[in-house]
Amino acid sequence: MSQAKSATTKRPLTYHEVWGRVGIYAFLGVLALFFLLPLYVMLVTSFKSMDEVRLGLIFSLPQQFSIDAWVKAWTSACTGLECTGLQVGFGNSVKILVPSVVLSILLGALNGYALSFWKVRGANVLFACLLLGSFVPYQVFIYPLVRFYAKTGIYGSLPAIVITHIIFGMPVMTLLFRNYYSGLPLELFKAARIDGAGFWKIFFSIILPMSVPIAIVAVIMQVTAIWNDFLLGLVFAGRDNLPMTVQLNNIVNTTTGERAYNVNMAATVLTSLVPLTVYLVSGRWFVRGIASGAVKG
Amino acid sequence: MSSVSLQNIDISYGNVPIVKKLDLTIKDGEFLVLLGPSGCGKSTLLNAIGGLTDVSGGSIFFNDKDVTWTDPKDRGIGMVFQSYALYPTMSVERNLSFGLRIAGIDRATIEKKVKWASELLQIDHLLDRKPSALSGGQRQRVAIGRALVRDADIFLFDEPLSNLDAKLRAELRLEIKKLHKTLKSTMIYVTHDQIEALTLADRIAVMKDGIIQQLDTPLNVYNKPANEFVGSFLGSPAMNKVEGRLVSEGESRFFIAGDFRLDVSRYPFAQNIESSRKVVLGLRPEHILPANGSAAAIEGQVSLVEPMGSNILAWSTFDGVSLSHLVGQDDSCEADRTFPVTIDVQKASFFDAETGWRL
Ligand SMILES: Nc1ncnc2c1ncn2[C@@H]1O[C@H](COP(=O)(O)OP(=O)(O)OP(=O)(O)O)[C@@H](O)[C@H]1O
Ligand SMILES: [Mg+2]
Repeated sequence: MSQAKSATTKRPLTYHEVWGRVGIYAFLGVLALFFLLPLYVMLVTSFKSMDEVRLGLIFSLPQQFSIDAWVKAWTSACTGLECTGLQVGFGNSVKILVPSVVLSILLGALNGYALSFWKVRGANVLFACLLLGSFVPYQVFIYPLVRFYAKTGIYGSLPAIVITHIIFGMPVMTLLFRNYYSGLPLELFKAARIDGAGFWKIFFSIILPMSVPIAIVAVIMQVTAIWNDFLLGLVFAGRDNLPMTVQLNNIVNTTTGERAYNVNMAATVLTSLVPLTVYLVSGRWFVRGIASGAVKG
Repeated sequence: MSSVSLQNIDISYGNVPIVKKLDLTIKDGEFLVLLGPSGCGKSTLLNAIGGLTDVSGGSIFFNDKDVTWTDPKDRGIGMVFQSYALYPTMSVERNLSFGLRIAGIDRATIEKKVKWASELLQIDHLLDRKPSALSGGQRQRVAIGRALVRDADIFLFDEPLSNLDAKLRAELRLEIKKLHKTLKSTMIYVTHDQIEALTLADRIAVMKDGIIQQLDTPLNVYNKPANEFVGSFLGSPAMNKVEGRLVSEGESRFFIAGDFRLDVSRYPFAQNIESSRKVVLGLRPEHILPANGSAAAIEGQVSLVEPMGSNILAWSTFDGVSLSHLVGQDDSCEADRTFPVTIDVQKASFFDAETGWRL
């Protein structure tokens, strides 16, 4: 296949094909510009002073390059009553993110493993229920969950928000890992059984080490979803653990005085930095994971 | 070492019965081959012996001990799978020692066993590699080694050589045979390759649709197939089959198919056969011999010759019956000529036309 493909690209292009290519690249270029434009505006605005912002030339480059807005967004912007910037929210988000991502992925892997290898009685029904769960709009769960947490006394705490993220991540994580595991040979599992390995031993010694590529996909999905979450954080995390997204909203939506657009822009870029980094970094790992033959024996 | 006894085994997936009322006894130290076409339930049966598939009826005994519901790891078995099933994230050494480490055996012993197995299989220079850095043959050796270090009494092989090329297959086949000689353990070997079956087995169990058709030594399975299926499943080039009738004339008995007439008085029938019984004659190509001036020769019209290296397979018509037969390279057998042959009736097989069972 790859040979045939490279053969077609190596061949000199005909006149028609050249124009076809030009058209495609022009189209892609315009699309990319269209999507990058807001980012451009945000970046240039964040490096301007308020005086410059007031001029209203949103596409112009900053006359005097200044990182004051970034510093302010990070350390002293007002989120409601307190004026400590986004750093608090960042810390909170990390506190929420790490356990939520790790636990939801572990749980998804475990579910997928049990469903595809141990053939529990009624496994298919269980799986169907889980899938169905992922189609129910999660607003439906919010009120019952609030009641539940209130009864158990963990409402508005870190455990509450982490558990919530784990629950909402479970269907997709399970689906992801189950599909990946159903592609692994069953004989591998049988060999391990004969070698005397039990449920946990097989999971931790054999299955989990083979899951690196899919785990990276899972990390990308979960980090993005959990970092970008606003509603669940607002409802369940409680005053002391409000995630970055909620604080960003507070900064941007403060109604007193003049809107500090440069600070708002800087704060927004700061908030989206984590998912961006994850995409950039893990993309490479992902390819590496597949190429290193982790998938095929 | 262990003997294995399967009694009245039923295995089904859902409502589909795969193995039906199967009885099989394997002697201590025996090399038994389960031979059969794809999908006949060989792997299923082997998995049941290993404890990886539950039986829906019947019992399994190892050495008169009922192990029907014993956990795989407690059965004292080593198993080699068709897809190697090596743990891809572990080195060869770790692959070999995985089971031993789980069993909590001390380091020195593990090292000794791994060394012994890897030297025996000539993989001692590969111990640090990952399975993905091994060739197919090397992977298969590691898989065998993993079974060896377990000190198993019974070895189960599920088509261990089917993913290898012909040359390597012949090589490893020989090694497995040697291994059996050295270890003297009981081995159950699944294959659909008849050469493997004939060369390795002490006894062959030929299976079809989850039922054992014949259980006998390789020679008997080949020479005295119990039914039409076994006769045509074994042997390459394939057995000729001719439908016809048996007719008694005085002391003699003849096989008649249209104009074709063959004196079969010397065939050792296992039972009394009434005259004009409908039968199928099974004749292996190598049992139709060049006549070399013999009086009992019959003339055939050669229609096609296929050189097969050491000899030639000829397709000829004898009084309206087309048969394939083997001729030597010097026998000057050419297409569109006639060629005289004699038929070794004692080595032929007769099957009942209705039931297909041997007469
Ligand atoms: N998990 C399963 N669920 C349902 N049916 C199955 C399952 N595994 C095997 N079968 C069926 O059981 C029958 C026997 O399968 P088995 O794997 O034992 O065949 P086999 O003799 O080993 O064939 P091969 O030589 O191709 O390996 C087949 O018809 C197959 O379709
Ligand atoms: Mg099989």
